[in-house]
Amino acid sequence: MSTQVTTGLQVRRTVELTIDGQKVNAVEGSTLLDACRASGKEIPTLCYGDTITPKNACRVCMVELEGSRTLVPSCSRKVEPGMVVNTNNERTSHSRKLVLELLGSSVDLSLTKNVARWNEGYGAEPSRFGAPSFHHDDRDEAVTGHHHQPDGSTAETVHQPVKIDNNLYIRDYSKCILCYQCVDACGEQWQNTFAITTAGRGFDARISTEFAVDLTDSACVYCGNCIQVCPTGALMFTSEYEMRQDGTWNEPEQTQTDTICPYCGVGCALTLHVQDNTIVKVTSPSDHSVTHGNLCIKGRFGFQHVQNRSSE
Amino acid sequence: MDLKIASATATTSEKSAVDSLLGPATETSQGGERNSAGYRVARGGESLRSLRHLLLPTLHAVNDRVGWLSRGAINYISQRLDIAPADIYGVATFYALFDTNERPARQVHVCIDLACRAMSGCKEDSIPNGAIASPCLGVCERAPAVLVIETGVTPRYEVLAPATNNEIAELVAGKSARTQQDIAAAVPQAPDNSLVLLSRIGRVDPLSIDEYIASGGYVALRRAIEIGAEQVIKEVTASGLVGRGGAAFPTGRKWAAVASQPVKTRYLICNADESEPGTFKDRVLMEGDPFALVESMTIAAFATGCQHGWIYLRGEYPRALKNLQNAITLARSCSMLGENILGSGFDFDITIFRGAGAYICGEETAIFNSIEGYRGEPRNKPPFPVEVGLFGKPTVVNNVETLVNVLPIITNTGDKYATWGTTGSKGKKLFCVSGAVNKPGVFEVTFGATLRQLIDLAGGIKAGSSLQAVLLGGAAGGFVGPEDLDLELTLEAARAAGTTLGSGVVMVLDQTVDIVDQLQRIAAFFRDESCGQCVPCRVGTVRQQEALARLVKSSGSQNSAVDLQLLRDLGQVMRDASICGLGQTAHNAIDSALTRLKVFSA
Repeated sequence: MSTQVTTGLQVRRTVELTIDGQKVNAVEGSTLLDACRASGKEIPTLCYGDTITPKNACRVCMVELEGSRTLVPSCSRKVEPGMVVNTNNERTSHSRKLVLELLGSSVDLSLTKNVARWNEGYGAEPSRFGAPSFHHDDRDEAVTGHHHQPDGSTAETVHQPVKIDNNLYIRDYSKCILCYQCVDACGEQWQNTFAITTAGRGFDARISTEFAVDLTDSACVYCGNCIQVCPTGALMFTSEYEMRQDGTWNEPEQTQTDTICPYCGVGCALTLHVQDNTIVKVTSPSDHSVTHGNLCIKGRFGFQHVQNRSSE
Repeated sequence: MDLKIASATATTSEKSAVDSLLGPATETSQGGERNSAGYRVARGGESLRSLRHLLLPTLHAVNDRVGWLSRGAINYISQRLDIAPADIYGVATFYALFDTNERPARQVHVCIDLACRAMSGCKEDSIPNGAIASPCLGVCERAPAVLVIETGVTPRYEVLAPATNNEIAELVAGKSARTQQDIAAAVPQAPDNSLVLLSRIGRVDPLSIDEYIASGGYVALRRAIEIGAEQVIKEVTASGLVGRGGAAFPTGRKWAAVASQPVKTRYLICNADESEPGTFKDRVLMEGDPFALVESMTIAAFATGCQHGWIYLRGEYPRALKNLQNAITLARSCSMLGENILGSGFDFDITIFRGAGAYICGEETAIFNSIEGYRGEPRNKPPFPVEVGLFGKPTVVNNVETLVNVLPIITNTGDKYATWGTTGSKGKKLFCVSGAVNKPGVFEVTFGATLRQLIDLAGGIKAGSSLQAVLLGGAAGGFVGPEDLDLELTLEAARAAGTTLGSGVVMVLDQTVDIVDQLQRIAAFFRDESCGQCVPCRVGTVRQQEALARLVKSSGSQNSAVDLQLLRDLGQVMRDASICGLGQTAHNAIDSALTRLKVFSA
C-alpha cells in the first residue's frame, strides 16, 4: 500500500487513504487537513495556525472518519493507511454550521478572515440564538463554577471593554475565540515568557495575566508574537487600532515590504505594512526559517526612527 | 525562563503552608541561606520543572491554611516551583474549590444538585446567606448535603447530611457539624456477608488492617503473585469485567494493552473523582472498605507492570481521604505496599492526589493534566492513555468500583465471576439509589435485575409518592418513565432501550419534583463544569441553557418549536464535535426528557 517520496534529504513513506471516495496518498505523519487540502478540498479552520501545535479547540475543521463514533478534527488527526474520510456530508456540514453559529453569536468575528463567506456557504445564522447581550459583569471577576441564570431573552457573549494599558498593542477580548495560540506563542512553544494564560473555566474561560493585572505589571516583554498568531484581531497594534477607530485604516491601499531587521545580527525577516508612506504595523513571514513569524520588541515595534521626519 | 515576579509577597502563614509541603526554601533567590562554603545556591532547569506535579498539592496547602490564594502566595509558589505566576493563576482559577479572591476561613458548601434539590428544594437562591452553592457532593442518599471547610493550621472538613435550612444557617454562623454518620447507613443491605463488593461494610472496621486480613483481605494479592501477571490479565479478561465509571470499556483489554507496551515506565491511576450527580458508590467503597481499593490497585499494578499509582480523589470527600491515607500507611507497614511486596520482589506505591472541584477531571486525560499540575483540560485522543498517558507514559486508568471487582475475580477465578450476570453484562454492579424511595443508598446486585426489583430492594417508593421518572446514569445519563420499570439494568438492555446505566445512578423522582427545574439544573451543571476548551461544549452548553429558559416561558407556543429545533441542533454538534465525553453527553438527559417524558410537548 505504501510508496516512498523523497522530501529534501529525508525519505518519507506515504500512506493511502480515501477522501470523499477518492484514493489519495499522503505523507506519513501529515494530518488529515494536509491531505484534504492537497486534494483540493476546502476545510475551514479558525484556531489552526501554521506555527503552533494544533489545539483542535474550535472544531470547525471536523471531518467524518469511518469507524469513529464522533467526528475528528482534521487539523490534528494524523493520516493512517486505509482511513476512509468524508469531508462534506450532512453531518460535517451541520457541525461546521453550528460551530460558526456558536462562535458568531458569542464573539465579534468582524475581523476574522473568511467567516462571512463560510457563514453563507454553510447557511449559518448566528442570530437565531437571540440578540447578543452586551451587558456583562467583569469577565475577569468570574467565579469558577458559578454563573447567573440566563433568562434566554438574549444570547450571552464574551463582550468586554477593550484593554488598553500600554502604547504598543491593545487586547480586545470581545473578539477572542480562545484558540490558545497567543498563550502557546507566549509560553512554551515560542517565547517562554508565560505572561498570559487561560484563566477560568467553561464560558468564563478567558485569556488573562495573573490576577488580570495590566500588561505593564505582567511578565510581558512586548515581542508581539501573540499579535502575530491572533486569527481574529483581538490582539492588535495600537497604531492599527487607532486608525480603525478614526476610520483611516485602509488595508487595500497598504503595501507590504519585506526587509531584514536592522537591530542585531540574527537576521529576522520583517514585513513592513505601509500606508501613506508610514509604517502602520510589522509582521514576519510565518514560513521564514529564522523567525517562524516571531520577532522581539525591537523588530516588532521599534520602527519609529524610520519615520521621524525632522522637517515636520 | 526568567520569572518576573511582582512585588506582592507571601504572608508568614502562606509561606509556612508552602514550606510544609516543599520543605524550607534553600535557594538564595528564595530567601535561603548561602551554603557552608559561602556560595549562593540556585537550582533550575529540569530539577525544578520536574516538580510541577506538586503544584496542585501546594495550592491545596495554601488554600487549606488561609482559605484562598493571594498574589503573594502565588508569587512565592512561583519562585519555589519555577512556574510563571500567570501560569499558576490559570491553574488556580480552573478549580472551583480554590479562590483567588479573599474569602472567610470557613466555607459552607451546600449541594444544590439533582438529588438534593429534588428532595429538599435546595436551590441557588434558597440557601442561607453566606453559604456557597455546590454541585453534587456525592451524599445523595442523605440529601440535602453540606460540606464545611474550615481552614487553618489543622484544616477541618466536615460533611453534614441531611441538613435542614436552620442547621445550614447555624453552620454558616460557625457552629460545628454533628458527629459523622455511620458509613454503613449508606448501604441498606449491610451487614451482609454474602455480598461480594460490599461484604465488609458494617462488619469490618475500615481503619484496621488486621480486621481486613481476617475477613479475607490480601488473599487475592497473594494469589495474583502466585499465578503471575499474565495469568491475572487472563483471569480479568475471562471475567468479562468492564469499566464501572460509565464508559464500560473491557478492563482486561485495557490491562493487556498497557502490559504489552515497549515502554517500561508505566502508571496506574484510580479514578476516584466521583462527581457525576447522583453517584456515591465509590465514596462508600473508599470510606467503608479502603484496603480493598489499595489491594486491588496493587494487583492491577502487578499485572500491568506499573511502578506507581495515584488515587485521583475528588476534593469533597474528606472521610474517604482519611480512611485511604490510613489504609496506605498500614499497608506499607505490613509490606503490602512499597518495596518488595510480600517478598515477591515487586515494588509499588500509591499517592493520593486531591482534586479541587472540577467534574471534568473525571475524564481520564484531564486527570493526567491535573496531576501534572496543569488546567484539567482533556487531551486529544489518539494517542490513547494506554500508550501515552500520565507524564507521557503508558497509563491504566480504572474507576474505584472496577478495581474492587478485581478481588473476587482473582480469588475465585474469572470464569466463576463470569457466571454472574447476563450474556452481555458480567458480574456484580453497584447502583446508587436516591430520591423518593424508603431506603436510599448503594445496592449491590447481580447484573440482570430490573429497575423495579432494584427499587423494591431500596424499600420501594415512599408512601404518598407516585413515580414520575427515574434518572439513570446521572446528568450525563437519561430519564426513563414509569412504563420502563421492567427495564433490565444491563448494558445491553439499556443500550437497546436507548438509555444508559452510566455510573450506576438511579434517581427516583416522584410527582412533587419539577422535571423542568431538574433539566435547567442539568444544563447549568454542564455549563459550569465545561472546561471551556472546545466551542461546541463551551458555547453549546450556554445556548442549551438559554433555549431551555425560553422554553419554560413559551412551552406549547409556536416559538417553542424553534427552540426545540435549536436544542436538537445543539445536541448533535455537542455529541459529534466535542473533544471529550462531557460535551458529548451534555445533551443526553435533556434529549431523553423531551423524547421519553414529553416535556415541553404540551
